[in-house]
Amino acid sequence: MAFALTPEREKEVDELLTHYPTKRAALIPVLWICQRQHGWVSPDVIAYVGERLELSTAIVKGVVTFYTMFFQKPVGSHVIYVCRTLSCDLRGAKAIQEHLEEKLGCHAGETSEDGKFTLLKAECLAACGQAPMVQIDDDYHENLTFESLDAILETYRGKEASA
Amino acid sequence: MTDSTDTPETSGDDAPGGAPELPPPCDKKLLTARYDIEDAHTLAVAERHGAYALARKAFGGMIPQQKIKDEVLAASIRGRGGAGFPAGRKWSFLSPKEGESVYLVINADESEPGTFKDRTIMNLDPHRLIEGILLTCYAIGAHDCWIYVRGELKHSIDILDAALAEAREKGYVGERPFGKNHAVRIWTHTGAGAYICGEETALLNSLEGRRGEPRLKPPFPAIKGAFDMPTIVNNVETIASVPDIVEMGGDAWARLSRFEGADGGPPLDGGLRLYGISGHVKKPGVYEAPVGITMRELIEVYGGGMLDGRKLKGVIPGGSSTPVLRPDWKVDAPNEDHPLHAWHGMSEIDVPMGVDTYRALGTMLGTCCAIVMDDTVNMVEACRNLMRFYKHESCGQCTPCREGCGWLVDTLDQLCTGRGKVEDVHLLVDIANNMMGNTICAFADGTAMPMLGFVQKFREEFVEAAKRGAPLEARHDETTRALVKGGADGKAA
Repeated sequence: MAFALTPEREKEVDELLTHYPTKRAALIPVLWICQRQHGWVSPDVIAYVGERLELSTAIVKGVVTFYTMFFQKPVGSHVIYVCRTLSCDLRGAKAIQEHLEEKLGCHAGETSEDGKFTLLKAECLAACGQAPMVQIDDDYHENLTFESLDAILETYRGKEASA
Repeated sequence: MTDSTDTPETSGDDAPGGAPELPPPCDKKLLTARYDIEDAHTLAVAERHGAYALARKAFGGMIPQQKIKDEVLAASIRGRGGAGFPAGRKWSFLSPKEGESVYLVINADESEPGTFKDRTIMNLDPHRLIEGILLTCYAIGAHDCWIYVRGELKHSIDILDAALAEAREKGYVGERPFGKNHAVRIWTHTGAGAYICGEETALLNSLEGRRGEPRLKPPFPAIKGAFDMPTIVNNVETIASVPDIVEMGGDAWARLSRFEGADGGPPLDGGLRLYGISGHVKKPGVYEAPVGITMRELIEVYGGGMLDGRKLKGVIPGGSSTPVLRPDWKVDAPNEDHPLHAWHGMSEIDVPMGVDTYRALGTMLGTCCAIVMDDTVNMVEACRNLMRFYKHESCGQCTPCREGCGWLVDTLDQLCTGRGKVEDVHLLVDIANNMMGNTICAFADGTAMPMLGFVQKFREEFVEAAKRGAPLEARHDETTRALVKGGADGKAA
């Protein structure tokens, strides 16, 4: 099925296009808008964006594949990034990852069986002074312990239940 | 530098009498002046505490454009993004031709491992950055500015967008800032996860909607940058410092630095700056202090000392691309002409932190955000962690970098899993040497330099790993596991 943005998001795109001297410059922000609506950047999204910004699908796909935050396949309702770079690793990031793997029943790079969480390893997320940390969707959760992490996971499960 | 065979000196809490006396923490606050004020990210509160006073004066015609440029040049502010190039000189490279627009791009793609300072400016005092942008745009004759923020920092982008909306509504940002006919349009631009986009030409490609692959230089951005127009790319902290520089005067601001200039002149590395510290210290965080404090001060006075009272083994001074320092290594500069002669015989961590002093020390100041490692850390593992980062982040455009990063990781994997050979240690050095200077951008150098630094400073550990024939004991896993279980000292509740 062809992809289309909601009318509000279409307006966002129109507004974005006023920020730059070229249409192409809006490519990454427009991909973000699409991913927020659709959950991932599907081939339909790529076709839509190409048409909207007058770019070939090859150009759009080239950009999508370059940046790690664009998902090229569906992900869980929430995406958890565990920062595994040195500052976090020195403060227990590996243990955090293992704890999450156990809790979610899936390995890093996979989605939990209930489809709620996708667990990904991430490179430095610029929160080194608050290590260890995870990013869940758009939010940073810092200075983690197993206990605080469990509580955080529960709030996301709660969001799911009330949604 | 000498080797470390003589009596090792420590820098833990139990440092012996040899450690120098350390001054108290800096009480002067400029960049962080509004950090502790509640809701300082809102325009009303920021303005009540001084924001936009200078921009108002400048756009009101009371501060000439040339004066802003002169003060920034006189301030000797070395770029805070890591390369340490004087910002005032960068601006002086602009010479727009007829019909060309000058653009300002703010590099907020903070992704250098260990670095987390710019994020605090954006989150806690976005109006300082916006005021800096206004003054800079006015000075260099730019009308459009994009703040390129890494995609992960959605929270910071939201705060910046809200601050910009407030500033536009007030008429501070937009077609006529403070009623002056000098439009300054400012937008945030969101990245999408790529370390390389912190490299200024990669950032420009990304801004233009392309893959974040660095461009060949020359032409430099000041001649041909964003959208083929003359462009200045500056770090968040650099631009956020502009209001203070203009207010105090460049010379006075520069002299806040601990360094001294030649013949009583201002120092060549001026001002206060943000220091970050992470890893095995009691109080990791971001601290404002004069340029030229020592690493020992940063760890002991600002970072609160080593976690659990353990010993300092090594410290990466300014983001992962800067070669590691070792406290038991002494500065070897017997020659009076050597720039580090004044610190001859002292520990590496007692050299003042400056762009030029650290270069002379064989490392780099980088982003000035240190990663502190105690004696539980296996340096081969630490090195492997960072090289994995570089392998993941290489844009893949140049073969020496794309392949070299992969080979470094493969070789380190061998060493760490007990399948390594002593020759592998030489191989690491060989690969790194073949990456340096053979690529379009400095990424390969930024990978090779720390790699060489680790082998130079901790060769015995690499050789030991090669000879062991068994996986490395994950010694620091045990101690770090204790940290996340809670209860270790220095751990925020």
